[in-house]
Amino acid sequence: MSAPPPAVRLDRVSKAFGSFRVLHELSLEVPVGHCAVILGRSGTGKSVTLKHIVGLIKPDSGRVFVEEEEVSKMEARDLARARKRIGFLFQSAALFDSITVGENVMFPLRRHTDLPEGEMRTRARTKLAQVGLDRDFDKMPAELSGGMRKRAGLARAMALDPSILLVDEPSAGLDPITSGEIDRLLLGLKQETGTTIVLVTHHMMSARTLGDELIFIDGGRVLARGTAESLERSAHAMVRQFLETQGGG
Amino acid sequence: MLQRILTAIVSLLAQVGEGVVFAVRAIRECVRPPFELGEIGRQIYELGWRSAPLIGASGLAVGTVLSMHTRASLERFGAEALMPSALALALVRETGPLTAGLLLSGRVGAGIGAELGAMKVTEQIDALEATAVDSFRFLVVTRVIACVIAFPILTTLMNFMGILGGYVAEHFVSGMSFRLYFQSSFQYIEFADYIPATIKTMVFGFIVATTASYLGVNTTSGTEGVGRAATRSVVVASVLLIVVNVLLVRLIGFLFPAGAGP
Repeated sequence: MSAPPPAVRLDRVSKAFGSFRVLHELSLEVPVGHCAVILGRSGTGKSVTLKHIVGLIKPDSGRVFVEEEEVSKMEARDLARARKRIGFLFQSAALFDSITVGENVMFPLRRHTDLPEGEMRTRARTKLAQVGLDRDFDKMPAELSGGMRKRAGLARAMALDPSILLVDEPSAGLDPITSGEIDRLLLGLKQETGTTIVLVTHHMMSARTLGDELIFIDGGRVLARGTAESLERSAHAMVRQFLETQGGG
Repeated sequence: MLQRILTAIVSLLAQVGEGVVFAVRAIRECVRPPFELGEIGRQIYELGWRSAPLIGASGLAVGTVLSMHTRASLERFGAEALMPSALALALVRETGPLTAGLLLSGRVGAGIGAELGAMKVTEQIDALEATAVDSFRFLVVTRVIACVIAFPILTTLMNFMGILGGYVAEHFVSGMSFRLYFQSSFQYIEFADYIPATIKTMVFGFIVATTASYLGVNTTSGTEGVGRAATRSVVVASVLLIVVNVLLVRLIGFLFPAGAGP
């Protein structure tokens, strides 16, 4: 029996901004329902990799597939259809700052569902409750702390119950308790709904808790991949050093 | 040195080309349904309604000052009785549209440039796209349509307030009645004076919104870039507006000879 197709597949993807080469023939696969954790030093193309998956950046060469559809070649309409299946938490949270937190979470529901207003509000409150922000429904994003903005961004990313969730540094700038809560939330999502997660993080605790596979990127290529334990024994000194300094022991 | 000048010229031409492509896309998308009616309404409120106090107050001041100057000039020829008509014609045909356009390129242009610039550097535009929303239609087209609708209305407000300001000044000098002043004001104004000049401001609205949107969504370099986008939006839109105004005045003179006559 053949294995099911991966949820996300990057095939020899290269990308340069001007003379700066960010990705160099990067290939990776994330099976359905798995959590792949992308690790690496700052500026090695981790966020750029996520943006390729959701079609925000087109590769110079190579191909990007989401659930067997090639997003790197899609026209705008097909891309929009594919994006409804993907939730994206940006590194900066990227909340729309002219509307309330609740409206931010309701935004994807308003755009892509025919739910009545009351139902949308209920669903938005449920998502916000999952990240511990149900009391902040009517606040403006500017009134939230950095960690709260991240959590609100996560609630918005989950609003349409996507089959794939791309999460860019959810724990950056958060205290260990909040960070642990977000890890548990993501773990619950993966286990209960089978959501495929691609997570970029520097926190080895999160990587260990969530990751089915850890992918270490350097110089735009995959330098090492495997479980946390196998990466600790990697032949690459940089990988071992990264895991040690990020609390991998 | 020559190399640097050539590079700068090529870069400028490339930007102008991109801007033209952006504007053509805006025109095409503005007439293609479905329309973001809710967002267009919100932008008409933000960009149009909230500019009304500025336009109203400016119109009153411009009308008052114009009235004083016009009266002083006409007195030399013993034609001060023509003051209300002369002031109204000057306001409706040129002063009102151009002044409103320049004032709005300041308020609206800077606002759009800064808002879209901030959205760009904080990844909000990427977030819109990631949420399967066409950011060009949601952010740019809505603002262009709002400006094209709001500019002529605000210009009409400016004209009216200018005429009112002229009355206030004239009333203090000659004691002219409100009714007589307004009768005199509108005595010589024809639709050929009002309609083309006011429709011209729809073009101004398009120029301001498109220029500011283009500079806003192409913002780089963080908060410094946001400030630069806002400033450049005002400068570029104002210059374009003045240049295009010259062309439109000639065009209106050609199409509506009655409105352009001496």
